[in-house]
Amino acid sequence: MIVAEHLSKYFGAAKAVDDISFTVQEGENFVFLGTSGCGKTTTLRMINRLIEPSAGSISVRGENVLNQQPEKLRRSIGYVLQHNGLFPHYTVAENIAVVPALLGMPVQQIRRRTEELLEKLRLPPAKYMNAYPAQLSGGQQQRVGIARALAADPPLLLMDEPFGALDTISRTAIRKELSELDEFKRKTILLVTHDVQEAFALAHKICLMDRGKIVQLGTPADLLFRPATPFVSAFLEQEKMQLSLKSVRLEALWNYLPDAGSAAPPYPANISGNTTLWDALEMVYTQSDQPLFLPGPAGEQGRLKQAGPAELLAAGAQWSKQQAATAPLSPPTNHA
Amino acid sequence: MNPQSTFLDFIRQQGDKILSQTAEHIGLTFISLLIAVVIGVPLGIFVARKKRWAGLVLGTAGILQTIPSIALLGIMIPLLGIGPVSAIVALFLYALLPIIRNTYTGITGVDPVVIEAARGMGMSSRQILTKVELPLAMPVLLAGIRTATVINVGVATLAAYIAAGGLGEFIFGGIALNNSHMMLAGAIPAAGLAILFDFLLSRIQKWSLRKSHAAIWLLPVIILLLSSFYLLPAVYGSRLLAGFTPEFMGRSDGYLGLREKYSWNLRTVVISDAVMYNAAREKKLDIISGYSTDGRIKAYDLQVLHDDQGIFPPYYAAPIVRREVLQQYPELETALNSLSGLINDSIMTALNYQADFLKQDPEQIARGFLKQKQLWQPPRNGKRGTIRLGSKIFAEQYILINMYRMLIEGSTDLKVVTKTGLGGTKICFDALTNGQIDCYPEYTGTGLLVMLQPEAAVVARVSANKDSVYQYVQQEFLRRYGVGWLKPIGFNNAYALMMRRQQAAALSIRSISDLVHFANKQR
Repeated sequence: MIVAEHLSKYFGAAKAVDDISFTVQEGENFVFLGTSGCGKTTTLRMINRLIEPSAGSISVRGENVLNQQPEKLRRSIGYVLQHNGLFPHYTVAENIAVVPALLGMPVQQIRRRTEELLEKLRLPPAKYMNAYPAQLSGGQQQRVGIARALAADPPLLLMDEPFGALDTISRTAIRKELSELDEFKRKTILLVTHDVQEAFALAHKICLMDRGKIVQLGTPADLLFRPATPFVSAFLEQEKMQLSLKSVRLEALWNYLPDAGSAAPPYPANISGNTTLWDALEMVYTQSDQPLFLPGPAGEQGRLKQAGPAELLAAGAQWSKQQAATAPLSPPTNHA
Repeated sequence: MNPQSTFLDFIRQQGDKILSQTAEHIGLTFISLLIAVVIGVPLGIFVARKKRWAGLVLGTAGILQTIPSIALLGIMIPLLGIGPVSAIVALFLYALLPIIRNTYTGITGVDPVVIEAARGMGMSSRQILTKVELPLAMPVLLAGIRTATVINVGVATLAAYIAAGGLGEFIFGGIALNNSHMMLAGAIPAAGLAILFDFLLSRIQKWSLRKSHAAIWLLPVIILLLSSFYLLPAVYGSRLLAGFTPEFMGRSDGYLGLREKYSWNLRTVVISDAVMYNAAREKKLDIISGYSTDGRIKAYDLQVLHDDQGIFPPYYAAPIVRREVLQQYPELETALNSLSGLINDSIMTALNYQADFLKQDPEQIARGFLKQKQLWQPPRNGKRGTIRLGSKIFAEQYILINMYRMLIEGSTDLKVVTKTGLGGTKICFDALTNGQIDCYPEYTGTGLLVMLQPEAAVVARVSANKDSVYQYVQQEFLRRYGVGWLKPIGFNNAYALMMRRQQAAALSIRSISDLVHFANKQR
């Protein structure tokens, strides 16, 4: 969907982005992760040409963005800003209608779409359509900002620290809610964040950047268990335990978990292979140590695994040992 | 004018004039405002885009703002002549700064995140300006327009100085004539307009926070509509144009007398005497009201028209002093009277010519004259007390009080402080009766017609000759105000109508009757 080649941006002598290349697949959640000043936001903004690259090329769906009129290009890409950037003199409905109106969509259609989006984002249209941004909470404003980006149903969404201005609780809540939204599942999303947890919660691929260069590009598990450089391990060190638990899904642990055996028949499966180890542990503890029953993956239907907290942790430990021992290191950068 | 008449009587009599002056005033204010908006807003947008120009543009507009309004009008006259054009340009220059500055502040004050979002949504620069920046800057921009409007309502009163009309005609006429009804008839509507427009714009400003689209369209419409007020009046008669001072306009021995005795019907505008002579020389005006000893008559080759119906009473100059001061310092009278009989009309005109045209310092002129008459003595110790001399703002008075200062300081032990530049007759005379000054040179005709304002029969009786006027004012001033008239200096600075000598000769006009006759033939 997106191919960036030898992309650079200089501000005077400073190299904000220094000769990077990457590819984003259709439907992928691609997260730029790094500390402030690492070049992640600059990279994102070059995709919709809010910043013009100094060198290199970017193509979206095979078309070089530098050959397109910037305004037209931007109207075809959803954009969410950290500080929502809602127009304070427009109502919620008018804000959401900005891009469709620029594209000349019929008024009725815009209205239907606005109502649909507000429903999906849990802002009852009757109550919020005619409200002004200043009358909404931070979380609600951010939802409107997201609705505005989705209004014209663009296949590609750029999100620049979309939850960065929110407190931790509303951030987690809104993130979870959005990741379950069908609108998002269909889209290719490029997201910039400095929050490691957020990156691991949302990403299919993480692109870790430092000083204008890509340090490592890979799946969350790649970064955790096959860090390309000491920088990567150092970057993830503090939250490694939690991240490990969050990045491992139960299907990967199948072989390390005990069979349910005779305990199986009375109990149906109550958990899926897609559940992360972190969520599984959370469930076990909140259900006062009642064991979980995991259905077998494709080819092993009919089997059940049974696991309590101790079994889950043991399986996780074995798995990660296995990962570190066997997996070859992927080349650190330039996955192009 | 009957001194007993009330303010309401004045309004009733002059209602038409108040309305037309108010309309002119509104027109002047809004035409200039309209131009200032049309030029200032784009300039403000420009400097908000190109910040390195901001200092230059805002600085220049700021400097224009600091020029005193009277001076700015003065600068306009050589460039654009007298009348509305100069006034509108001057008002426009005043309105410019608040409009440019607030447009600039408003636009640069828009949250950059919002602009960034607008770009990210795919708006073009023009769409960002019209849909985001201007609407968000609108409350600040409107505050600038509001400031400019109030400034313009105030400054527009000065338009009366350069024959552009407006409520200033009454205000300055009232000050010059010591007529508070006339002054208030101009000042109250002017203040009312300022308050009204300020209020209306504050409403639009609040309203624009939400319904900005409506405000953007409504405001120009309102401004245009109000601008058209200026076009409603005007359209007068003759081709010859007369320009009279506000004071002359309201005097029975001035414009009112002309209308009554000569059936005056020439096109007439109001103008400040500071610019009147020049306007006559530069053919912007054909007939002006002036003073018969004015140095500019000689300098600009003007001709005084003969007053064949005798409407201008004698104006012999004499120092007037408060009675207490004369009693306290009897030697003052001797010193002041020593000038009596030494200056006739032609000497005074020559002295005025030195000041008005040769631009010599009044003090130097005074000293030169006294030395020539062997009256000058070096100042003595000045220990006995202080005398405060006042003067109106024109050269003749400056020269006279300088002579008096030298005479008093040279021949008595009194010290003199001069307070020059006391606007018109009213300000000068009020300063005297309030004890802020002790003495100033006044004219018998002014004393009779402006201060005393006796019945028409008395005026007719006493103004027949110069001595009876002098005796009447001397007697009445002492009785009513406790102010004494000392001996007349000798010259008669009466009102006069004058024209360019060449034009008068070409049209064979020698008297005011000739002039009115000629004008009647023309229409």
